[in-house]
Amino acid sequence: MNVVVCVKQIPDPAAPAALDPGTKTLVRTGKLIMDDSDNYGVEMALQLAAGEGDEVTLVSMAPGGETSGLRTGLAMGAARAILISDDALAGSDALGTAKVLAAAIRRANPDLVVMATESTDGYTGTLPVQVAELLGFPSVTFAKAIAVDGGTVKVERQTEAGFDEVVCPMPAVVTVTAGVVEPRYPSFKGIMAAKSKPVDNLTIADLGIDAAQVGAAGSRQEITDVSEAEARGSGEIVVDEGDGAQRVVAFLEQLKVI
Amino acid sequence: MAIDKVWVLAEAGDAGPTPITLELLTEARAVAGTVEAVAWGADTASMAAALGEYGATTVHDVGDLGGALPGVPVAAAMAALIEGGTAPDAIFFPASYDGRDVAGRLSVRLDRPVLTNVTGLVAGDGSLASQHPLFGGSHIVTARFTGPGPAIFVIRAKSFVAEPAGGGAAQVVAAPAPELGAVNGAKLVERHAEERSGPKLDEAAVVVSGGRGLGDAANYALIEELAKLLHGAAGASRAIVDAGWVPYSHQVGQTGKTVKPTVYIACGISGATQHLVGMKGSKNIVAINKDREAPIFSVADLGIVGDVHKVLPALIEALKAKT
Repeated sequence: MNVVVCVKQIPDPAAPAALDPGTKTLVRTGKLIMDDSDNYGVEMALQLAAGEGDEVTLVSMAPGGETSGLRTGLAMGAARAILISDDALAGSDALGTAKVLAAAIRRANPDLVVMATESTDGYTGTLPVQVAELLGFPSVTFAKAIAVDGGTVKVERQTEAGFDEVVCPMPAVVTVTAGVVEPRYPSFKGIMAAKSKPVDNLTIADLGIDAAQVGAAGSRQEITDVSEAEARGSGEIVVDEGDGAQRVVAFLEQLKVI
Repeated sequence: MAIDKVWVLAEAGDAGPTPITLELLTEARAVAGTVEAVAWGADTASMAAALGEYGATTVHDVGDLGGALPGVPVAAAMAALIEGGTAPDAIFFPASYDGRDVAGRLSVRLDRPVLTNVTGLVAGDGSLASQHPLFGGSHIVTARFTGPGPAIFVIRAKSFVAEPAGGGAAQVVAAPAPELGAVNGAKLVERHAEERSGPKLDEAAVVVSGGRGLGDAANYALIEELAKLLHGAAGASRAIVDAGWVPYSHQVGQTGKTVKPTVYIACGISGATQHLVGMKGSKNIVAINKDREAPIFSVADLGIVGDVHKVLPALIEALKAKT
């Protein structure tokens, strides 16, 4: 079974974020890391593709030939990676990105495509279904458990009230929510092996994609303004001297909550 | 009116349309001359009165999906209507599990981009601009579409306040999905409801949330107990959802739910931008955290700099003593 995991390489969320004053897009300089949300997809894929002849391929689109985040996924156990890096892709919206990822995924001929429900930095949350529609695959989003049985994938899908049991023929796209599996830490052996695993570097020309369809040129949306929101004033901050709970009670009484 | 026609994706809840459906209809009324709904299910007609009361004149009814998940068939039915010549200027989708699926599928079918995580709309001359929170809501980004419509907006819950307009029942018009084949293969087998004793997280007047500062998954029981005593709901930060302590359905924040309760009590939550964006609209915020420098205190009306392991049990005891 071939499982593809889409992996996003993002600026470290712990580092302060900034906007480019000209383009008003997120500044993506410095070292990129694998989005923490993707740990769960990589782990899920590795667990599902643990049999003889099974393989996990990572697919990522990133500027400047960035592979540092991909190496994390390769160190966890993925066999190979496809990286699409092209100056023409700067400023792509979710639909443009989906077109690029779908074209690259098609090359890996997957039985199953696993993605995070949304990225930590952009969190558009529609990209996985856009990719599925472009591939002509069915999809199940917000999976909290996945099992493969022959040509079918069985999913427990998160809902407002609990979860739905869903069955879906493969090939299919499934998105996983964070926390559903315990991601493994790359071993030293894994980290060393990842350095020599194949990374297929592609441009949009390799994928047969027209530059006018993607990047800032193909994006049919723009940011017109960024302004500071009305600040919420902070109130009374007190150090607990054993009376913290009573202060909360008094506050709730004043609001007539209790 | 800024634009002529808006469609709202109407989802059915436990009793009638979901709260966000009514919020989106209310906003649609404010910006468009004509408001129509798109719905699915075996009994859409039962929602016609409520949808009409909030401003929809017509409900395009995709009908029973035969167990299929809504994303593919509902998007296909909408695309068929649009290609048939009844395109709206904009479509409002709820940022829900199914709403995002339908929006993403439709985006590709129509080859139109999407704007998601919308929390406000600005009516212009013949078009709409959307507002999005950035950096935990400290900044607001305004964006617009530059190409042809329909404009696809995916809107977060509680961005607008639902108000009935007093209209009569909407007219239900059948809008079945075309034949779809394998792409429509995802089928619902069985629904499982998890036990919930109190109100829903995004509807509760009081929300008590826990974070990494609880130290251990077992301590989340304190959050649940306090929530129960206050007749509220229990929420969580992303950190403890990622750690597998509590299910995703409890998550408050950018990648989780937006809540605006009367009181929000954050326990052992530092207040990363990811979390703030989901709760800073609460009317009153109480924060309990041992780190005086934690960003959560910048939005708190009452901040207790202290150990949740001491303050929470004392608070629970004090509330029990009062009842």
